[in-house]
Amino acid sequence: MNASTIKGAAPADAKRGRAGRLGGKGGFREGTTILVILGLGLIMTFLSPYFLTVENFRTMFMSFAINGMVVIAMTLALISGGIDLSVGAVMALVGIVVGTLFLNLHMNIWLAAAIGIGLGLLIGAINGLFITRIGLSPFITTLGMMQVGYGVASVVSQGMPLPLQSLPDAFKFIGRGMIGSTGMPFVILLFLVVVFVFDFLSRRATIIRKIYYVGSNEKSARFSGINVNKVRMGVYMLVGALAAFAGILSIARFNSATNTLATTVNMDAISAAVIGGASLNGGEGTIFGSVLGIALLALIQTSLNLMDVGPYWQSLVTGLVLLVAVSLDFLSHRKTR
Amino acid sequence: MANPILEVRGIRKRFFATQALDGVSICVEPGTVHAVVGENGAGKSTLMNVIGGVYQTDEGEIYLEGEKVSVRSPNDALQLGIGFVHQEIALCQHISVAENIFMPAIRGAGLVDFKGIFAKTAKLLADFEAHSRIDPHQKVRDLSISQQQVIEIVKALSVNCKVIIFDEPTAALTESETEVLFRIIGTLKKKGIGILYISHRLAEIYRVADMVTILRDGRLIETRAVADITQVELVNRMVGRDLKDIYPAKAVASAMGCGAAATAGPATAEPILEVSGLTRKGEFEDVSFSLRRGEILGFAGLVGSGRTEVARAICGLSRKDSGRVSLLGEEIEPREYRDAIAKGLVYLTENRALEGLFLDLSIAKNISVMDLSRVASVGLIQAKAESGLAEKYSSEMQIKLASVGQKANSLSGGNQQKVLISKLLSVAPKVVIMDEPTRGIDIGSKAQIYHLLRKLASEGIGVIMISSELPEVIGVCDRVAVMYEGRICGILEGADVNERSIIQMACLSSEERETEGTGAAV
Repeated sequence: MNASTIKGAAPADAKRGRAGRLGGKGGFREGTTILVILGLGLIMTFLSPYFLTVENFRTMFMSFAINGMVVIAMTLALISGGIDLSVGAVMALVGIVVGTLFLNLHMNIWLAAAIGIGLGLLIGAINGLFITRIGLSPFITTLGMMQVGYGVASVVSQGMPLPLQSLPDAFKFIGRGMIGSTGMPFVILLFLVVVFVFDFLSRRATIIRKIYYVGSNEKSARFSGINVNKVRMGVYMLVGALAAFAGILSIARFNSATNTLATTVNMDAISAAVIGGASLNGGEGTIFGSVLGIALLALIQTSLNLMDVGPYWQSLVTGLVLLVAVSLDFLSHRKTR
Repeated sequence: MANPILEVRGIRKRFFATQALDGVSICVEPGTVHAVVGENGAGKSTLMNVIGGVYQTDEGEIYLEGEKVSVRSPNDALQLGIGFVHQEIALCQHISVAENIFMPAIRGAGLVDFKGIFAKTAKLLADFEAHSRIDPHQKVRDLSISQQQVIEIVKALSVNCKVIIFDEPTAALTESETEVLFRIIGTLKKKGIGILYISHRLAEIYRVADMVTILRDGRLIETRAVADITQVELVNRMVGRDLKDIYPAKAVASAMGCGAAATAGPATAEPILEVSGLTRKGEFEDVSFSLRRGEILGFAGLVGSGRTEVARAICGLSRKDSGRVSLLGEEIEPREYRDAIAKGLVYLTENRALEGLFLDLSIAKNISVMDLSRVASVGLIQAKAESGLAEKYSSEMQIKLASVGQKANSLSGGNQQKVLISKLLSVAPKVVIMDEPTRGIDIGSKAQIYHLLRKLASEGIGVIMISSELPEVIGVCDRVAVMYEGRICGILEGADVNERSIIQMACLSSEERETEGTGAAV
């Protein structure tokens, strides 16, 4: 029986090797993540009558639609060979600043939101300046910016959540509204559109291809005429803007702003991207893969909830999934060497 | 004859579909240098990695001093007394020279005897006459590539080895360091150590080796005494076919007309690239030359004489302090490399893996990178156009590949180099500056690149070749600019392009040349 298992495994292995040689690592990782999601979904369908319901899926998607924007941002930073630990802080800070502008200065909420996006771009640009001009590592730079962002958010809010029930309905709709009578939340549609657009661009757009080049080998990129600093600057500004966008969506959804909102966002985003095939060494990863990563994490969380497993266990399971996913990938890579 | 110190029998090693080694056997006698030659992909490095414990053999045995051994890791190899000087530099950049050299000895729970290792390192470096330039306390990252290569060699010598493997040890060494290495190899031979020596430079093999084993496509072709085989025969056995014309005919005979060029003087051909008074403080000074249409201009000189720095400044990869560069009569001032590319000036880096390729990306993505707009419309890359571009060049350049979607790191060195050259040619340059275009690649690919350079020149593209390998400079270039300590000390042409003149200029300052006259010993 042992022998037959080994024989059975051989062709699959060979196929894997071919996929690897064709540079299809991303595709392979996406494929396995989809299989794991489907497998877990199938098991849960049998285990819980509540799993395969519209309500459950809506809740699940809602749980990651907003943080998913941050996952996209993080993926771009990872592809470029960097990382952005300040995304959670930017998300919280922008929520508080936009909320304060609206509540205390009675500013038009749309104008306030635009200023919020501008703030995200500015923070990204500051990160970019430290990284490209001074030459600090992205990890250190954004670690510092994370602390500064939380600090400013805490000072502005004095640590108290901002009550924002008075937001105009049109703005609330973005975060809470349903499309017509379909029961489809607007924010989920928005998320799917953003994912589609970024995934498409990351595969096709010359601008995003340059991020892959820089992440794959910064020096080679320079010796191919790519302005590496400009690319990295652009990445951190884009990341800042996406994180700010997520912050604005979160106040539209929860009708409050708090500086603690986004504490776990950073690490979840990194986990999701890595599960989905992004490499901390840069040059690898896809938007679609990372979104599958966060979908898997949300599915695990929902499953544990449905199985009445306490919240304290969830972090443990998430961590194990991350370790297993990355180890499997590493082992399969080592075999091809 | 003495008993072999190292013997391998029937080594077979397979990587997926590739049979990298197919029943190779080698016998190394103590106190001899046994060279292993073959084109890239012939299996030389794989064989060395099997002996050095990096790879496990599928079949076959290794005997050390007549005893069968199993080498499961590089550490095993070291314990058994097999030293390995790798082709790629693998040093810890952030720690000192001494700690790198004695890394294998720093083990266990005790404290590190820093005083001891610094002293021992100083002694080892002195043995190597490492030009007293290397301080054992220096961090490795502050050393030049050739100095780092010296450290790699010294590191292997620091352990008492029975067998030492040298995999392309001179690829990054200067001429004088190479001489010292040869002397050290002589000493090692006297001590009865067996040496395995891989090199693409055949002249070296005739210089140091006693025996030579030829590999081709993973198979053992022949083992002969070096004295019994001519260079031409050796090359033909390596390549498996007659390789008569490694070097193409020069422009003198074809394009320029013999008479005009022989009288020296300003050639009739128009200048494509003119450089005058180019200076970058601390790197090079007052560099002036012109590149004429139809010729290949060589840049010779020692590693560190400023050749690479000049090329990079011309292309906007670094800033010049003063001087002028004109391309086709128009003065250009590239602020960054992309400006130079836009004008038609491209540079091939000497450091293929670190500065040239995107090893984890596909061949197609490697070739398209310099101007994505050619394969894109409205900012979106067209996959078909991108792979089409790559296919066009891979067939023109005869790159051996299964698909252009393959990752660049799956190719052999020669084919990787062709990918890099394709990338440069794909932007239709007017002038190409190639920095060590044949470093570490097989002789077949070398010949192909020489012929390509000649073809480019005859098509009217300006070609500059920087090279540390004198035979190729002499064989390929029409004129040769020789640099010494940041200055061009002369431009040779015609019959003056010979080994003796170049070495005299490259190794001696002008005063020394005057005093030593023509009798300079090299």
